[in-house]
Amino acid sequence: MAASSTLSSSITTFKLSPCQPRASFIIASVKLPSVSSDNPFNPLISHFGPTPKSPTIAPLRCSAVSTTPETTTTTATAFHGLCYVVGDNIDTDQIIPAEYLTLVPSNPDEYKKLGSYALCGLPSSYQTRFIDPDEFTSKYSIIIGGDNFGCGSSREHAPVALGAAGVAAVVAESYARIFFRNSVATGEVYPLESEVRICEECKTGDVVTVELGESRLINHTTGKEYKLKPIGDAGPVIEAGGIFAYARKAGMIPSRDA
Amino acid sequence: MASSSIASSSTAFINKKDVGLSAFSSQHSISVQTAKKRVSKKIVSVMTPQQTERKPATTGSVKTGMTMTEKILAKASDKPEVSPGDNVWVNVDVLMTHDVCGPGSIGIFKKEFGQNAKVWDREKLVIIPDHYIFTTDERANRNVDILRDFCTEQNIKYFYDIKDLGNFRANPDYKGVCHVALAQEGHCRPGEVLLGTDSHTCTAGAFGQFATGIGNTDAGFVLGTGKILLKVPPTLRFVMDGEMPDYLLAKDLILQIIGEISVAGATYKAMEFVGSTVESLSMEERMTLCNMVVEAGGKNGVIPADKTTYDYLEGRTSVPYEPVYSDEGASYLKEYRFDISKLEPLVAKPHSPDNRALARECKDVKIDRVYIGSCTGGKTEDFMAAAKVFLASGKKVKVPTFLVPATQKVWMDVYSLPVPGSGGKTCSQIFEEAGCDTPASPSCGACLGGPKDTYARMNEAQVCVSTTNRNFPGRMGHKEGQIYLASPYTAAASALTGYVTDPREFLQ
Repeated sequence: MAASSTLSSSITTFKLSPCQPRASFIIASVKLPSVSSDNPFNPLISHFGPTPKSPTIAPLRCSAVSTTPETTTTTATAFHGLCYVVGDNIDTDQIIPAEYLTLVPSNPDEYKKLGSYALCGLPSSYQTRFIDPDEFTSKYSIIIGGDNFGCGSSREHAPVALGAAGVAAVVAESYARIFFRNSVATGEVYPLESEVRICEECKTGDVVTVELGESRLINHTTGKEYKLKPIGDAGPVIEAGGIFAYARKAGMIPSRDA
Repeated sequence: MASSSIASSSTAFINKKDVGLSAFSSQHSISVQTAKKRVSKKIVSVMTPQQTERKPATTGSVKTGMTMTEKILAKASDKPEVSPGDNVWVNVDVLMTHDVCGPGSIGIFKKEFGQNAKVWDREKLVIIPDHYIFTTDERANRNVDILRDFCTEQNIKYFYDIKDLGNFRANPDYKGVCHVALAQEGHCRPGEVLLGTDSHTCTAGAFGQFATGIGNTDAGFVLGTGKILLKVPPTLRFVMDGEMPDYLLAKDLILQIIGEISVAGATYKAMEFVGSTVESLSMEERMTLCNMVVEAGGKNGVIPADKTTYDYLEGRTSVPYEPVYSDEGASYLKEYRFDISKLEPLVAKPHSPDNRALARECKDVKIDRVYIGSCTGGKTEDFMAAAKVFLASGKKVKVPTFLVPATQKVWMDVYSLPVPGSGGKTCSQIFEEAGCDTPASPSCGACLGGPKDTYARMNEAQVCVSTTNRNFPGRMGHKEGQIYLASPYTAAASALTGYVTDPREFLQ
């Protein structure tokens, strides 16, 4: 882990909005620079459509690339917690039903409220509910899904609701395009792809660790390990720290302090 | 003068490349159109770099053919050519947002570019409140207020506002469903890039343009810069030939395709629709086809512009546009061919748009209600189609039948256009005689459930045949509700029997 150096940040600095404490995050060999306060939009990470064959891992990226260019970035973060397992084609109506789209994600109070409704659209066949009654956040910090996670509408409320509920990463076999892009663009959740169909081998409540640097998911309950797919074309944009930082770096838009 | 000579040589070049497209019967008029529309400052500036960058003679490289999606993205990114997988900065011609995603996009724009920032072009942003309009939900009402304040502050040219919720007709500016309004108001133009904060923005591909849905954060970026970073998608080509039987509608075609390739079959890909059947479709039917490409995971759907397109645009826009067409040598990831003359009316069963079945296979499915509306199935021709079935049967509906015209224009058409063969009756008269609910105020309505007091929202676990686009669990309100997606013909036929019904029972 020596290679992992300076600029990893804690996942909480990655969020756009103030977020709830969540399951523990393991941050490997990281020095935490003061990156969290002055630049709330740095964490924006954007991704530009991998093909299903050139998938992605979004390494945790510190945001301050554009403002503190002398530091280097690194990617040695892991998420540890309970997983919540869903199936194929979990669409955005199941992630956040349309009646809650009146909540505006860029408003902090409403952001928090969105989290309390995350995955409440799952049918009653999901007997273990993602969020307990009267809670704003979930005890499950990692979602494991099948094919085509996040299909349906373009609502950015979907990744935002998951992030606001305390989800750090989704590990699915594949994603719908807009959900994937919104996840990275908002920096709310890491949309990671598994090489095999782990949604059939993990159970809700299993204790898992996702190691971004190692591209690996470990299920401590079953003792099994799974490879995740490596980063794809999102790399350069993620390197830069998101769509806004990437555009500033490329001279597409003026830098913040200009 | 230098620039105009460059422009005209570009014209010659492009027309030469397009000669191979003689498959399109309207090729002649396309060429004429291209030449006529070429006289545009904007286009000259776009074309100029090609002259310096494209040097086939010096590099020895042979220019490969491009699909129309690739050509549009090349033009919009000032590049001589692009290939699938390229990430390019694209100039956006039109950005659309609405009451559900507009406030969040504006919030990000302000945070990122500053409270006093101005949008990149006040004439290229189109704001259309349409989702949650006729509701007492305070937050929903507030969101429309946020849009209004922003449009006033930024002096936005195209804001289709509604203030009087009691009577939509008291709001002459109000349109209704954004994707239909965009077309009706002339914002959809061949060769352009149109983005919207709504997944069904792909509808506009019917006009031969690149159109796709984006999230709030990307929209916030576009608001400030007029640009977006896009990955060029590979194209799937769907060739539909054969005479379309008169009991089919475009909805059946797209349900067939989605059933064929699944809800993820076109993820990250462009879907190009060509063939004699597609050429025979009206603009509204082409919009239905492109509307649902996102239900197959598609990034965009696209149909080559032709005389039908130009006729529709006549009088709707004065903005010069430049159609583009796929080269003969363009590469497609895959080509699918369909003989439409053999197709039968289809439905998508619960709970997925790719759960395809023949309508007649579902004749024992008892239903509780029928819904005709939305960007997919709430256009003028959709209501005309439903009226045709009611007229042919002369009977009354057996289940509650809800009608939600997409826009104010559609609503007017429902109340004014005579239905062929009816002796001058309007759709609204035929619907009334058939016992349908009175056509409601135009909006997205219950297609996506919405606030609890939304008209025709499925608040109980019922079975609905709907002309909308999605039938995932909970889409129209109740999580245990069952939605059968169908064409307006099939929806009307089902309303008459109380079961999922093949429209041939009434149309033949």
